[in-house]
Amino acid sequence: MYDIEKFYEAKSAGDAVAHLAADPNAMVISGGTDVLVKLRAGKGAGCDLVSIHEIPELHGVDRTTDGTIVIGPATCFTDITNDPIIRESLPYLGEAVDTVGGPQIRSMGTIGGNLCNGATSADSAATMQTLNARLVLQGPDGSREVPVTEFYTGPGRTVRKREEVLIAILVKPEDYIGWSGCYIKYGKRKSMEIATLGCCVRVKLEADPGAEKAAGVSSSEEASGSGFLPGAGYVLGDVCIGYAVAAPTPTRCRNTEKLLTGMKADDPKIYDLIAEHVLEEVSPRDSWRASRDFRIQLIKEMARRALEQAILRGTGKGTPGASYFSPVELDEMGEAGGQVWEAEHPEEKEMPVYKKDGEVLNGQTGQVIRDTDKKGGDQ
Amino acid sequence: MEVVGKSMKRVDAYGKVTGEAKYANDLCPKDALIGHVVHAAIANGEVVSIDISEAEKVPGVVKIVTCFDVPDIQFPTAGHPWSVEEAHQDIADRKLLTRRVRLYGDEIAAIVGVDNVACERAERLLKIEYKEYPTFTEPEDALKPDATPLHPDLRPTNLLVHTSFKSKDFDYEKAKEEAIKKYGAAHVHEVEGEYQTPRISHCHLEPCTSWAYVDVNGKVTVTASTQIPHIMRRVIAQALGWPVGRVRVIKPYIGGGFGNKQDILYEPLNAYLSIVCGGRPVSMDMSREECISQTRTRHAIHAKTRALYTTDGKLLAREIDALANKGAYASHGHAVAAGSMGVYRNLYHDEYGSRADISTVYTNCAPGGAMRAYGVPQAVWFADCQVDDICHKEGFDPLRFRMDNCVGAGFSDPANGITYYSYSMKECMKKGAEYIHWDEKRKAYADQTGPIRHGVGMSIFLYKVGVYPISLETSSARMVLNQDGSIQVELGATEIGQGADTVFTQMAAETTGITPDRVYIVSTQDTDLAPFDTGSYASRQSFVTGKAVKKCALELRNRILDYASYMLKLPVSELMIHDNNICERIPLDGAEVQTDLSAGNGYGYIPDGSRDENGVYRDWLGADMKKWDIDDLPSGKWSILRDTGKIFARPGKVLLSLKDLAETAFYSLDRSEHITAEVTNHCKENTFASGCTFADITVDMRYGKVRIDHLVNVHDSGTLLNPQLAEAQVHGGMAMGIGYALTEELLYNEKGRPLNNNLLDFKIPTAMDVPDLKAIFLEMDDPMGPYGNKALGEPPIISVAPAIRNAILNATGVSMDRIPMTQQRLVAAFREHGLI
Repeated sequence: MYDIEKFYEAKSAGDAVAHLAADPNAMVISGGTDVLVKLRAGKGAGCDLVSIHEIPELHGVDRTTDGTIVIGPATCFTDITNDPIIRESLPYLGEAVDTVGGPQIRSMGTIGGNLCNGATSADSAATMQTLNARLVLQGPDGSREVPVTEFYTGPGRTVRKREEVLIAILVKPEDYIGWSGCYIKYGKRKSMEIATLGCCVRVKLEADPGAEKAAGVSSSEEASGSGFLPGAGYVLGDVCIGYAVAAPTPTRCRNTEKLLTGMKADDPKIYDLIAEHVLEEVSPRDSWRASRDFRIQLIKEMARRALEQAILRGTGKGTPGASYFSPVELDEMGEAGGQVWEAEHPEEKEMPVYKKDGEVLNGQTGQVIRDTDKKGGDQ
Repeated sequence: MEVVGKSMKRVDAYGKVTGEAKYANDLCPKDALIGHVVHAAIANGEVVSIDISEAEKVPGVVKIVTCFDVPDIQFPTAGHPWSVEEAHQDIADRKLLTRRVRLYGDEIAAIVGVDNVACERAERLLKIEYKEYPTFTEPEDALKPDATPLHPDLRPTNLLVHTSFKSKDFDYEKAKEEAIKKYGAAHVHEVEGEYQTPRISHCHLEPCTSWAYVDVNGKVTVTASTQIPHIMRRVIAQALGWPVGRVRVIKPYIGGGFGNKQDILYEPLNAYLSIVCGGRPVSMDMSREECISQTRTRHAIHAKTRALYTTDGKLLAREIDALANKGAYASHGHAVAAGSMGVYRNLYHDEYGSRADISTVYTNCAPGGAMRAYGVPQAVWFADCQVDDICHKEGFDPLRFRMDNCVGAGFSDPANGITYYSYSMKECMKKGAEYIHWDEKRKAYADQTGPIRHGVGMSIFLYKVGVYPISLETSSARMVLNQDGSIQVELGATEIGQGADTVFTQMAAETTGITPDRVYIVSTQDTDLAPFDTGSYASRQSFVTGKAVKKCALELRNRILDYASYMLKLPVSELMIHDNNICERIPLDGAEVQTDLSAGNGYGYIPDGSRDENGVYRDWLGADMKKWDIDDLPSGKWSILRDTGKIFARPGKVLLSLKDLAETAFYSLDRSEHITAEVTNHCKENTFASGCTFADITVDMRYGKVRIDHLVNVHDSGTLLNPQLAEAQVHGGMAMGIGYALTEELLYNEKGRPLNNNLLDFKIPTAMDVPDLKAIFLEMDDPMGPYGNKALGEPPIISVAPAIRNAILNATGVSMDRIPMTQQRLVAAFREHGLI
């Protein structure tokens, strides 16, 4: 039995906010996978709970006509991972939340709770940082929008006030169209795990005007023995690097991102560069769970691996593990949850599409696939 | 044999899969009160006062008892058979609640309430005053002169027991001198090593749980998740100062124990709380946190070793000095540490002998108690790290070195006379090496470069069965014939998930001639009803209780045949029971026996392992089968064939069904007889089981990750009673071994507070962390086992960790000397060696 004084099932976000505002002893509960654990440990015992779990508008993922993806905060992790829009456009987010706990937790825990809990170890945190997600908080005096990069104020603390409810998570089209990415969760085991460290690297690849794209294999092939680095014929048009557990709050590495931007995607130097420079932008702690030295090793190594995977996913060409393995033989190593990314050529894959301004765009690359006005449209 | 040796479906399979099987807490009345333990918030000190005045006022609180209220009785908790000699009795260093706090979370008060919320609210209102002493969680610190003795009434310092075992007149330095004289200084080398093992938790699926009430006859009745109901009954009586007869313990299905439930935990307190609440049912359902930090652990042991060997790979002498972390209470005392040292010494043969010194030391942390394989995983960690360090230094092949130096056939432990009868240690190694492709891989993995490396490693083990002659081995069984010709089998031995009920059913069926579907085993042990048995531990039940089952089944069979003889007017010698019928007994002539045996048609055959490479029967079977006399037949599987008459006869015509016989026996107006049998078997036999693990791994050095590509355990456990259950047992042990090797460790902070007593931070492997596991068996009929069987429950965990460690050594050249070999420790070690 949990020590809960009162429980209210809110009918709408406004209803929840009103109840929270009226009752200073109340706090929000959604999936309960954090709140109930705290209550069981006696933290907040005797509280009142206002549930937002049954509010339909807080569930599901949608895309507005301008391409903004709207994630309902009460959507559970399983639903995020399986959502067609997420699979099309933010696969790395689906992959990140698929590393949370085990199947039962993923069917209860919600993406909004993962953010509002304020933990630096949250599995969606690093990816959200790289997405420049915007969080819409509704309070008694109306709504406000907070960038996720300004959301955290310290370990377990956020700018959300007790009576505010997170009602939407927004990802703008410019933050995902044309991007590819990879989230790596490093844990001590493959499931039922809290991240020792989490790293998300996303890249926006742009064709390198100076390169002979058709060759597919670049000079890096010789440099890395039996494998070849992905990214031949592309430059890093933009890069986003996010970390979980590398600091008291989820972190972005903006200076490193700038350094990498504009470099050739198959330049072997980018891997040492990222590993070296991210260290200046993180502040991992020394704890009994992991030493600072160990975390630093992971921060460097995970950046390399996530960057390589992000580029590989963007181009579909290259040998997995070529940047750090020799001989090449990476399988699921380093990938939490044992997921294996099979490198594929984009054109061989049935690409997800959606409509923007009358054009049908490739959901991942943002390339125009066809003009719906001419073809009549089928979306 | 017809039933034993077959993969019969578990008798409790349906009940457990559908959830219908009842566990202790399922049986608790819904209106039972909740017993809630108040844990000390310091690790070493005294409770000065507890003010309960505010807490008592909380609605729903029924009773609060503190350490100042409980009886002044100290009792032991170990799940050992009681010794009638005082000197050998377990150490009585516990009270129901304690004023002297010896570990963080020590039990200082208990609250009984209508629900846990009332209890927790009351707990927050307790005003507790402590006097605090400095904390020590490591034996090295606990032995310092200024460390407060934790049990001054029993020991003047924190040293519980020190033992020194050595070969006759052995002295390491003297051995070295002699060896140098014999082999020359250039040919005698030496390694020194320091190895450590962690404190870990059993993590059985079902938490420790019990509920108690006082029955109308005045008996306090405790239903508990335990491996040892009869021992628990005795300890509860000791703790309460009550006669044993006034205590009743009921053990229903339980969800695993691994030795943690071979100890007495909150059950005496639970009985006491019911008594002080007027006999009302009180439930004590431990949280997982309590299960990890307040019950028992595997002993952390720290050892310094030396070994002397020749440059051509012959072990000359070994010695070890070890400190075992006892934790705050004696629990199983020094038994675990002492047993550990025995195996360290016995596993290999040293030309000049060996010495093992170990001290068990009280500290401010969770008590070390029994855990699967009872000190032997630690022993093998020390022995097999040492062996591979020798091999690595000298470039020896670890397989060859073990073949040359391991325990030999017919080995008999000079300390206790336990003899290795059905020897197959080397055969096990051969099989494991073949499976893993040892030679090819050692070659292929030489001279690797780069951050990803592969390695193969191995480790071997030796394990005795049960506790004879160190302690008492006794077991009783009862069988009752029903009107329909079926039987009940009642035992004091316990099913704890390992499949005991199933193999006992197979044994009873095999020996009586009644088919297993008509053998009803009573799974619940109720100490008012179940015959005496000390319980499930030491991999003893299929061996020790198995003998009682066999003896009882033979007696029942004889009584049935005696009644059949009365009904059929035929001599007993012309009858046998087969397939629920009384049949004619057709004797086989000498030639036929021989043919029959070799053919393996189920009525007696020679198991493969019984012949050596030349097809000659091994010594204990006798060189010439034809000369066998019925009484000279070896024990084991053979004896059951002999005793049931199957070896020299086969069933003929059906004369009478068992159903008709039973009905007549019950209701005959001429001769009514309720056919039952009840026996005690005092077991005075023992033997060794052995085996090995081979691991093939990949190390991702920059990530500190070890991926296990292939893992194989080879076991010599005698005749398998149920191959499918045996394989499952091995898989479970191997998975546990992986956790022991790589991730599991119960940690404390400098104040003695447990850091990771939950399943998120105490990292047991998940299904996704465990690769496909391979189990190979060498089935040799052991002459000591009732059905040729010997220990299997515990051995699978023993050699996994050192095999993985030695594979890492093979892959990277780095010797990891401390378990768990966590990612952090691996990264630090690889960095230290300049590999990353």
